[in-house]
Amino acid sequence: MQNQTKYLVIGNSTAAVGAVEGIRSFDKTHSISLVSREPYHTYSRPLISYLLAGKIEEDRLYYRPGDFYLKNNVETTLGVAVEKIDTTTRTAHLSDGQTLAFEKAVIATGGKPFIPKIEGVSSKGVFTFTSWNDASAVDNYIKTTGAQQAVVLGGGLIGVKSAEALRARNLEVTVVELAPRLLALALDAQGSAFAQEAMEEAGVKVELGTTLQRIVSKNGIATGVILGTGREVPCQIVIVAVGVIPETGLVADSGITVDRGIVVNEHCMTSVEGIYAAGDVAQGTNSLTGESRPIPIFPNAYRQGHVTGCNMAGEPETLDSSFAMNSVEFFGLPTISAGLSTAEGSEFKILEMSNPHKKSHKRVILRDGKVAGALFVGDVDRAGIFTGLIRSKIDVSSFQSSLLEQDFGLLSLPVEYRKQVVRGKGVLA
Amino acid sequence: MKQIVAREEYCIGCRLCEINCIVHRSQSKNIITAFRHEREGLTPSVVVESSGQHNFAVQCRHCADAPCVEACITGAMTRDPETGAVICDTKRCVSCWSCIMVCPAGAVMRGASGKPASKCDQCAGESEPCCVAGCPNAALKWEEVND
Amino acid sequence: MRKWLVQPEFAVERDENRCVQCQACVRQCANDVHAFDSVSNCVISDGSKCVGCHRCATLCPTNAIQIKQVELDFRPNASWTPATIRNLYKQAEGGGVVLAGMGNDKPYRIYWDHLLLNASQVTNPSIDPLREPMELRTFLGAKPDHVHFEKTDGKTHLKTTSKTKLGPQLELQIPVMFSAMSYGSISLNASIALARAAGLAGTFANTGEGGLHKSIFPNADNMIVQVASGRFGVDAAYLNRAAAVEIKIGQGAKPGIGGHLPGNKVDREVSQTRMIPEGSDAISPAPHHDIYSIEDLRQLVFAIKEATRYEKPVSVKIAAVHNIAAIASGCVHAGADIVAIDGFRGGTGAAPLITRDNVGIPIELALASVDTRLREEGIRNRASLVCAGGIRSSGDVIKAIALGADAVYIGTAACVAMGCHLCQKCYTGKCNWGIATQDPTLTRRLNPEVAVQRLTNLLRGWAAEIKEILGGLGVNAIESLRGNREHLRAVGLHENELRILGVKHAGEGA
Repeated sequence: MQNQTKYLVIGNSTAAVGAVEGIRSFDKTHSISLVSREPYHTYSRPLISYLLAGKIEEDRLYYRPGDFYLKNNVETTLGVAVEKIDTTTRTAHLSDGQTLAFEKAVIATGGKPFIPKIEGVSSKGVFTFTSWNDASAVDNYIKTTGAQQAVVLGGGLIGVKSAEALRARNLEVTVVELAPRLLALALDAQGSAFAQEAMEEAGVKVELGTTLQRIVSKNGIATGVILGTGREVPCQIVIVAVGVIPETGLVADSGITVDRGIVVNEHCMTSVEGIYAAGDVAQGTNSLTGESRPIPIFPNAYRQGHVTGCNMAGEPETLDSSFAMNSVEFFGLPTISAGLSTAEGSEFKILEMSNPHKKSHKRVILRDGKVAGALFVGDVDRAGIFTGLIRSKIDVSSFQSSLLEQDFGLLSLPVEYRKQVVRGKGVLA
Repeated sequence: MKQIVAREEYCIGCRLCEINCIVHRSQSKNIITAFRHEREGLTPSVVVESSGQHNFAVQCRHCADAPCVEACITGAMTRDPETGAVICDTKRCVSCWSCIMVCPAGAVMRGASGKPASKCDQCAGESEPCCVAGCPNAALKWEEVND
Repeated sequence: MRKWLVQPEFAVERDENRCVQCQACVRQCANDVHAFDSVSNCVISDGSKCVGCHRCATLCPTNAIQIKQVELDFRPNASWTPATIRNLYKQAEGGGVVLAGMGNDKPYRIYWDHLLLNASQVTNPSIDPLREPMELRTFLGAKPDHVHFEKTDGKTHLKTTSKTKLGPQLELQIPVMFSAMSYGSISLNASIALARAAGLAGTFANTGEGGLHKSIFPNADNMIVQVASGRFGVDAAYLNRAAAVEIKIGQGAKPGIGGHLPGNKVDREVSQTRMIPEGSDAISPAPHHDIYSIEDLRQLVFAIKEATRYEKPVSVKIAAVHNIAAIASGCVHAGADIVAIDGFRGGTGAAPLITRDNVGIPIELALASVDTRLREEGIRNRASLVCAGGIRSSGDVIKAIALGADAVYIGTAACVAMGCHLCQKCYTGKCNWGIATQDPTLTRRLNPEVAVQRLTNLLRGWAAEIKEILGGLGVNAIESLRGNREHLRAVGLHENELRILGVKHAGEGA
């Protein structure tokens, strides 16, 4: 490979693709090198649960067409990790011993699963679930061992999606969550209750408010777990899905500021000029809370990647607004949460509407007359209008009574805002 | 690019655009067959909102920044480089509804049970979109939008 | 549910094999005929509320709806017809005056349908309008009694003297204008459409007594503004903005009757346009309270001419009544540049049914007698004649011109072009076609762009047809047809009618 490049992209997932597309929006000629630890063409991580479930074939896992990098004139080095970045010489040291000099770089290494120190966690049959390799490993394990039972540790997004996939493979699945409810970061109590109902109707057992004392194994092979309550649940597969942490190892001692993730400004630039970070590894400012934290969600990763790419190519783009949002459908129950969807407290005004028969729940969170969060369970149609309202920060007090009405739509919105949206001009004034 | 422009002042709320859209998306292309035998699997990609005297038809605005393209986890949602239209490759869509989560116009619809996201593709291949062609009051126009 | 003696006039028949329950009909009917019933999960229709406007049937995407007249037969009685009996029930139940919209619908003789046109054969060549120029241009306004020419010295060409200076004229590219329909009686969208279409077709629309809305100012050059008994919307600017001014004395649908726009239709826009307080009833008195004689009329005509510096032709519109010839003559003597005669089939937004169906005379007879009278008096040139009330086709236009008209007004035909289905319920304000209503949910149904296209299409079509007929007559200008009753022959008319029309019976030669 050539050992110098104008643009270095580290990583090969959503933010990396966003960065490539951002760069190529403004610079069609200069060299881009992409280095990624995983050996695969860019694929979509959220799709691994669909792959495991057998809902899609491997060819649908890819995030972009096979000729994507060829068409965008990107030189890829796959299966090789960047181990260290030297910010003074602008050189990346690769795991194959090579070095690569760059002018500008984006770190888009994503996150790695957090593995708690539980006895037996290194037994065979214990998996994480964030990569293609993870999905393949679980798939192989099921096929080779004929595993019948699984325990999923963690009732967050990865937990419920992996539980759904395992259930689709006809395993008996138990989800163990320390919090008193499922998807506690995205859903409120009512939303969680509907989610739990949907899971239980599909035959998944849910154990809340508890965790694993230890993983029971025999000859190094997992055979069950002991819950916090002391009860043993027999299983051949344990999925550890208690969270991801930013993969910041490569910038250790580089002079790049790292907090929970790599700290970036509104142009996604790190503390070192010309070096950027995007996606789950980056830590920007949450526009709703004002806190600096990683927001490890898919649209954010792409947006950050794209903003980064534009800036790398010399086009000063700004990240307008970042907040958590998730859309996930499991066991036939769609859910969408955006912003401070679970917020409680006197500074918020909460509008809610539930229909247990339809398992539908809507919750809109207002702060200072503006929408700060929204949650939709069951009926998610047109939820994006609310996400738009959160982004645009327009005052909704004059029409807040209509927010949860059945026919709420663009007609309920201020005419100027509506016209802007309808012209395809986005939501920001 | 060419856009479907909805003019509120002339929209009469008849919803024939929705009906024409359903027929266009049907296999049979016959309104009676489509409604009798295919309706369950068909979602119109235009929504008419009505409130009092005001009516308004909205379909995908093919936004300049296209948040649905950014949010799509599968790469199914893309912008056609030639027409500028945002199109959804339904063979790739896995119904995660990320597009619905981010569409500020509320113009992406859930497909009927298990079906992929449904959105306006401007009736690609037709001389004009069927909602425009069938609008009895010319409230929908198909015209070049430059701004 | 209380049953009334008045039975439904229409039945809605829904072909269940075609209906797809899309509910377009439910959303379109302002009379609540159709409703979605959530118990039976289908649309149910109540024909008793149906006015027969066909809005639902027209918009039904599967053509599943048929509107049928209810065949509830009474014992046959030539005198006591079903309509007569129904009106008696209606009046006995409600009291008061029964109202109606549009024009007289009774089967009085339609003379247009008893008149036939000539065509050239052998001895006089016909003209192909596709190959040779054909002139439809018409000038409305007073023409001089004499035209003096003098030869300038040593030159061969002629020059007119200043003695025969021509007064103001309206130049029409097609001898068809849009009748007076007020903003108030019709929607602003309809008014705008008529004004724009007139501009595009090179003809004129008429404000009626509704004033000139500011959105029509750009088309004011194609507007005739009316001064009627209520004087609504009239000021010097109004008169001067327009191409011509028309004094409305009478209306064919309701001769001798004034008008009444209820206060609930006088919203902000109507109020500003009519220059009356918002919410107040707009009452047009039956007579002009300053006109009790031809001399009084002359005062108003000249007051308007003064106010417009003799730059605008002044028209006087009168309803066709028994003494029409003398009245029209009086109007000409009063200084009218144009006399518009409105026959008893002319439309209206609201009139007492009894007046609409029983007052006035047929326009064909009125037109012929006025033309004859003005010729006899030698004053036919002093005013142009406009024929209104029941012109349905280009054939009627040609016959009217052959009977002596310079041009015609069309109202009902223009409304039909815009979508009117002649349900005659204009007075309810619930026009499903967005024409005779101020209800904002209904007015938006008439997109002026669409209506303009339809109106200009109509006029273009008529112009082509008129040219074809003229060519067949061997005439290459509409001027040559005017008052040329030799081009007409009558069928099945009585001697008196032939005499009044000044037309020979078919079969009689030149």
